[in-house]
Amino acid sequence: MPDIIQIEHLRYVYNAGMPDETVALDDVSFTVGEGDFVGVIGATGSGKSTLIAHLNGLNRPTSGRVLIDGRDMWQKGEDLRAFRFLVGLVMQYPEYQLFEETCAADIAYGPRNMGLSEAEVAARVREAAAFAGLDEALLQRSPFELSGGQKRRVAIAGVMAMRPRVLVLDEPAAGLDPEGRDTILSQIRDYHQKTGTTVLLVSHSMEDIAKYADRVLVLSSARVAMYDTVEAVFDRAPELLRLGLSVPQITQVFLRLREMGLDITADVYTVPYAVKTVQKALAAKQQRKGGAADAP
Amino acid sequence: MLRDITIGQHFPGDSVLHRCDPRLKLLGTVGYIAVLFVAGNPLGIGLALAFLAALYAAARIPYKMILKSLKPILPIILFTSVLNLFFVSGQGQAPLFSWWVFTVYPQGVRYAVLLSLRVIALIAGTSLLTYTTSPIVLTDALESVLRPLGRLHFPVHELAMMMTIALRFIPTLIEETEKIMNAQKARGALLDTGTVLQRVKALVPILVPLFISAFNRASDLAVAMECRCYRGGEGRTRLKVLRYTRTDALCAAVLVLALAAIAATRWLVPGL
Ligand SMILES: Nc1ncnc2c1ncn2[C@@H]1O[C@H](COP(=O)(O)OP(=O)(O)O)[C@@H](O)[C@H]1O
Ligand SMILES: [Mg+2]
Repeated sequence: MPDIIQIEHLRYVYNAGMPDETVALDDVSFTVGEGDFVGVIGATGSGKSTLIAHLNGLNRPTSGRVLIDGRDMWQKGEDLRAFRFLVGLVMQYPEYQLFEETCAADIAYGPRNMGLSEAEVAARVREAAAFAGLDEALLQRSPFELSGGQKRRVAIAGVMAMRPRVLVLDEPAAGLDPEGRDTILSQIRDYHQKTGTTVLLVSHSMEDIAKYADRVLVLSSARVAMYDTVEAVFDRAPELLRLGLSVPQITQVFLRLREMGLDITADVYTVPYAVKTVQKALAAKQQRKGGAADAP
Repeated sequence: MLRDITIGQHFPGDSVLHRCDPRLKLLGTVGYIAVLFVAGNPLGIGLALAFLAALYAAARIPYKMILKSLKPILPIILFTSVLNLFFVSGQGQAPLFSWWVFTVYPQGVRYAVLLSLRVIALIAGTSLLTYTTSPIVLTDALESVLRPLGRLHFPVHELAMMMTIALRFIPTLIEETEKIMNAQKARGALLDTGTVLQRVKALVPILVPLFISAFNRASDLAVAMECRCYRGGEGRTRLKVLRYTRTDALCAAVLVLALAAIAATRWLVPGL
């Protein structure tokens, strides 16, 4: 089975030939397997949003190829819309896309565009609303009278309702309070686990990526800086810091400890794992001490 | 797509023309347009085009930007040239050729070419103004040039402020429209196929969010302006005061000489 997403030497230039020409992506190559949960991270302006707009044909590569399920959407005879239903894209601050009179009607916009029957549309709206944690009562209200977090969820449900095989979210937690962040992100994780959908989560918070993703794609000035498992990427924490990314606070603590000469690994990125590592290090130290005392 | 609209587009740079006083550029453009209509013969138009080419070179703006600004009006140019070509009859001239109901006289060719060149110079000339002057600076200049009208109770400042705000928000609104269009396309919106009715319907998901955000922005801006005690133009001073410099005087001299020379062709070489 081919990987669901294959990106080959992707290059994208904004305003080519103008004084403000910007190379937003340069020789980007990577693949994503079906069912993966990939975190995409990078400083502001590193090209994250530009990259994901390529996944469902909103941007056309300046050069290079984007293959979804082994097919190139820019090949003659391909239907772009089919790819848009295959790869669901939740844009940054997606609440501005709401326009219908009720939340239910807005969530139904995508599925209706797919040409599904009304019964099927209604079923999908209910399913997506449940995934996004929206009450049945809320569905009949106008999206414009909801809170920011609720609007965000309606917008995310509107994409989930299309049942895409890949769900791409651009900073879905940006601008929310800590509780709202956690709720939305863990709902996305539940959705991933229950449906097996491939998920690409764009974020600039290492903490979030560490908590939810299996693999991390690090973008830096239009290029792929790293693409590996979460552990492997955090093991290179000093490099991440040099790229202008913050690493989780707990990882920073461990980096400093290692700088101070302690013999511990630095790929620590969650508190429970940190506790275990400290216990292990302490036990090892105790043993060494004990060994020294035993000696004559 | 939407970004390709060049009207009022600024092409940042650091040439003499970019740094020149915007009031001078504004008046110079008006003068240039006037001169284009005064000097109607080939020599005058030729000089006007040469002068413009020199200005573009001095501003270091690539010539392909001229093509870009001409693109939207190309059909109009073609249409009027064709009309001139076929409907102008030379008095007593032998026709160049005639076919069916069409007869082309040398006079028609002359009119068609001159008129197209004139329109091209007009558009390229005004584009040069917007390429070298940011819209905000341009409205400042407009306010300053129109100030005498204020004595006649013409709301010059309010008009300029409205223009400044409108110009300031055009790029923002374009960006916003693109974002909204992308978001709805990602949900499978079909924007450019279908019957007229379907297309109009397809605009609803774009216009509703666009209006909502424009109104929100407008009310935010009004609040922000009131918080800073904005109360119209009376007694208002500026952060950037426009002042003519010696370079400006030099530019003005060059401009006046060139325009006078172009206009003079009308009387000096009337035979053409
Ligand atoms: N519509 C656009 N026009 C011109 N340049 C753009 C546009 N969108 C993004 N860019 C530029 O492309 C680069 C990458 O931007 P983006 O993909 O939005 O980064 P990120 O999402 O990682 O913050 C930035 O330098 C940005 O200024
Ligand atoms: Mg972004």
